[in-house]
Amino acid sequence: MAIKVFIPTPLRAYTDRKVEVEAQGQDVGEVLEHLMQAHPQLRGQLMNPDGQLRSFVNVYLNDEDIRYTGSEKTPVKANDTLSIVPSIAGGSPAAVASGRC
Amino acid sequence: MATAVEPAVLNKEEILRYSRHLIIPEVGMEGQQKLKQARVLTIGAGGLGAPVGLYLAAAGVGTIGIVDFDVVDFSNLQRQVIHATADVGRSKLESARESILAINPNVEVVGYHTRLDSSNALEIFRGYDMVIDGTDNFPTRYLVNDACVLSGIPNVYASIYRFEGQASVLGLPDGPCYRCWYPEPPPPGLVPSCAEGGVLGVLPGIMGMIQATEAIKLIIGIGEPLKNRVLLLDALNMKFRELKLRKNPNCPVCGDHPTVTALIDYQEFCGLGRGGVAPAAEAASEESVEITAGELKQELDAGKDVFILDVREPFEFAIGRIPNSVLIPLGELPRRMEELDRERTIVAHCKMGGRSAKAVEMLRAAGFRHVRNLTGGILAWSDQVDPSVPKY
Repeated sequence: MAIKVFIPTPLRAYTDRKVEVEAQGQDVGEVLEHLMQAHPQLRGQLMNPDGQLRSFVNVYLNDEDIRYTGSEKTPVKANDTLSIVPSIAGGSPAAVASGRC
Repeated sequence: MATAVEPAVLNKEEILRYSRHLIIPEVGMEGQQKLKQARVLTIGAGGLGAPVGLYLAAAGVGTIGIVDFDVVDFSNLQRQVIHATADVGRSKLESARESILAINPNVEVVGYHTRLDSSNALEIFRGYDMVIDGTDNFPTRYLVNDACVLSGIPNVYASIYRFEGQASVLGLPDGPCYRCWYPEPPPPGLVPSCAEGGVLGVLPGIMGMIQATEAIKLIIGIGEPLKNRVLLLDALNMKFRELKLRKNPNCPVCGDHPTVTALIDYQEFCGLGRGGVAPAAEAASEESVEITAGELKQELDAGKDVFILDVREPFEFAIGRIPNSVLIPLGELPRRMEELDRERTIVAHCKMGGRSAKAVEMLRAAGFRHVRNLTGGILAWSDQVDPSVPKY
């Protein structure tokens, strides 16, 4: 089924600036995979080279962190909302603050 | 919070000043006295620290500590309301102290004119009831988190990015810490560059007020703290959402069997190398592919054929540019390389030199031989060559 996926500001560059997109799947892993197929540039942002979710990207199904509900195997149902919540830092980005910009 | 050994007595002026607090039953005289006895440490007198400092002072928090080593810059004034135009160039600490005392001379402001690091954090945190994290970078974020857990004091956290904010109260007994939520920081390469940064000026005001509200509630001991949950704000659509936060029993800092029992090197933890020197910057300087703004000016004045490649974004190009430069944003460079002449002398630049260093690396790897990076970017050009080019 298709559910809503909430895209955070830093990743909207990879979803044509869309705040919400729809993606299909029976569980969180399938929804994410569908999302990354539709927006291929998201893959490098969300997954490490081994295909695991990056440790600074948290994924929530509704208001629950999927790490506590079965991770990517967490089943989804109609009207669920998936949220990608990466860590964010500042008006002057970390890259500036650390002299890398 | 502050255990009332002997209650702080309010004088007549203070009773009048805080009268709108005193007549709320949940605050009252007892709550106001707790505020007067409280000691709150804010990390940074920047976007978040500015409104937090002002409002906590107005509310009557007795002692406000501020850690900041920076000076006020024009680009701060769009959001850091504790500083005024006349403060540009002054120490943020002194400017903040003055604003706070102007609002409430009863407050004791304790300034720490230093960069918070592993060697001083625990000493600075000692004696405070809580810390308000207003930091804008990951090394300090993790440092503040760990130091709060090790010191046993709560961390009233918020962070902001463009139109988006997060806030939570971390480090409470039985509550999660920042590492429970985000075990590791993003690697530097995935942190937004300055082209992708920026923040709506009012956003730190909103998020700072959430921090100040939580701080006051913790001090007085009323209400439900923003604990075990995080509040997300999307100001563009003006939507608040709440997500659950859980204490991770395997958290390396606050879990059942902690492995981090002392402060570590947070620059290294965040992949920025030791002592804060970024690995990429080191590599770049070793290859000596840099050119200063002054040197570039000399070459241009001498009539040398130099192609100036601007790898910033179009909206930055619109703010100001080096004459005769050509814009190819870094993201488009891989597929637009054929527009460039491999034999020509190229100087790449961006705002501060980070993105153009990547461009130089990319071009050299693709066989371009005469490519250099403008050290310090267009900001250095503005400082050293042409002040009419606006800084941003």
